[in-house]
Amino acid sequence: MSLLSVRDLTVTFGDTAVVGGIGFDLPKGGSLGIVGESGSGKSMTSLAVMGLLPRGAARGGSIVFDGTDLCALTERRMRAIRGDRIAMIFQDPLSSLNPYYTVGTQIAEAYRSHRSGVSRRAARKVAVEAMERVHIKEAGRRVDDYPHQFSGGMRQRVMIAMALSTEPELIIADEPTTALDVTVQAQILDLLAEVRRDTGAALIMITHDLAVVSEVADTVVVMRHGDVVETGSTEQIFSDPQHPYTQALLDAVPRIDDEIGDLRLLSGGEA
Amino acid sequence: MSISSTELEAAGAPETGALVAATDPRRSVWHTLLRDPSAIACLVYIGLVIVMALAAPLIVKVSGWDPYEFDQTAIDPNLGGIPLGSWGGISAEHWLGVEPQSGRDIFARIVYGARASMLIAVSATALTTVLGVVFGLLAGYFGGRTDMVISRFMEFLMAFPALIFMIAVLSALPADNRQYLLVLVISVFGWPYLARIVRAQTMSLKQREFVEAARASGASRTRLVFTEILPNLRSTILVMVTLAVPGYIGTEAGLSFLGVGVVPPTPSWGQMISSSVSWYSVVPTYFLVPGTFLALLVLSFMVLGDRVRSAVDPGGR
Repeated sequence: MSLLSVRDLTVTFGDTAVVGGIGFDLPKGGSLGIVGESGSGKSMTSLAVMGLLPRGAARGGSIVFDGTDLCALTERRMRAIRGDRIAMIFQDPLSSLNPYYTVGTQIAEAYRSHRSGVSRRAARKVAVEAMERVHIKEAGRRVDDYPHQFSGGMRQRVMIAMALSTEPELIIADEPTTALDVTVQAQILDLLAEVRRDTGAALIMITHDLAVVSEVADTVVVMRHGDVVETGSTEQIFSDPQHPYTQALLDAVPRIDDEIGDLRLLSGGEA
Repeated sequence: MSISSTELEAAGAPETGALVAATDPRRSVWHTLLRDPSAIACLVYIGLVIVMALAAPLIVKVSGWDPYEFDQTAIDPNLGGIPLGSWGGISAEHWLGVEPQSGRDIFARIVYGARASMLIAVSATALTTVLGVVFGLLAGYFGGRTDMVISRFMEFLMAFPALIFMIAVLSALPADNRQYLLVLVISVFGWPYLARIVRAQTMSLKQREFVEAARASGASRTRLVFTEILPNLRSTILVMVTLAVPGYIGTEAGLSFLGVGVVPPTPSWGQMISSSVSWYSVVPTYFLVPGTFLALLVLSFMVLGDRVRSAVDPGGR
């Protein structure tokens, strides 16, 4: 049975549909990449799964997570799942930590809000362990530092540690490496892979970077204008893309062995 | 941001002094303030007035005169009650002179007047801060209809001719508990100014990614508002509070001057200035003493507020 099964998901703002009836399945422990250009609806899809759509957006279809339809849950019960069984990692690690608290406090509080009756001391221990698991050196000392004392890559590690502290079954990563430089990107991707090996968590990786997807995802969903244009295993999508848009997307990736020619443009299509 | 070696350094680097000082925002504000002579001078004067207000009965015992005690020997009844001696009767007996006509000790009245001024200003500030922060947070965070109701109400209060209303209400109601009434009236008209700023900052803070991240980790609304957003408003509130206190001291003095403030014989600085007006050409010190104390106190709070602002927010972030 799949861990997450999305059917006919729509997200609409008034009369405008930004996600127009998409569907995909994610098995337990599997990994799914959602790729697409800006405005293709990939972030809205992930926010819809989390139940965090902005005001004025309406959600349709069904999102079944481990046998429960998330669309039918009350806000209160959704809050219990959010951050506990489904965790999210955001794009900009520089601004996704509250500047007024130490990182340890933030990890510990996120953990305590899902585990009633955990003492501050125990939660702090969990925070240190989570930080050790994401390879932050001297975690016992760094736990009392403020976010501004960490570099961008380290802050993303803290975010991952926070997501991991509750041992979620599903991690949604919304462009987790976009704000980081290439070497740090590779470290973060390695870390995510390692964490998944250890905990068996499933992953939804949202990105516009095909290289990232090829590295982490088993299955790829290509989105454009709020619709899925192609779904398939990663090998199949990269070796034998069926849809012209996917082909154009793959052709747009610069290759080191290519001659430098004109930039290839993707036609706008009907937006 | 650069490659892994920097990260390793950042992870392993020993804490320098500057880094430690920057760690706790509150402590670094104190450090900056204590290096600034004018801020220290303001703190000293404000501290002095607070001590005066708190220890008024004790101080009056040392100086020897009660604020309500008439001293007929210090004034000249033949000249309409002008204080005897030069400078409004300043002597070893009466340190800051005496009131014309009654001969009450001005020093004692200043000390007790500090009580009224500080008590009213500080309570009004506390009340407006609570109201302003709560309503500002509500309006800014929930937006929509909540925001509309609160914002229209704030605009109504700010557009209202507050001073005229205060004079009317205060003179119409019984004067038994004037102090409490003053605090209430000042606060009702004062909170929208803080609330507007808190509202605007909340609106921008709630869009920040760390609030989104906290929501994604399952935080409740209450937790988002009070533990994610509110601490980030700390510096704004601190600055607004230090600037609000002198404003309310001035308001209290103004209302007492207009005769609707603290009820005589309880002394207050504004009321002393008011009663000195008819004597200013004959006994100028009677006006100068409370005027100086009041002006210095307002100035100290203003300068301190300004220094706090630059300490909290060095780059004008």
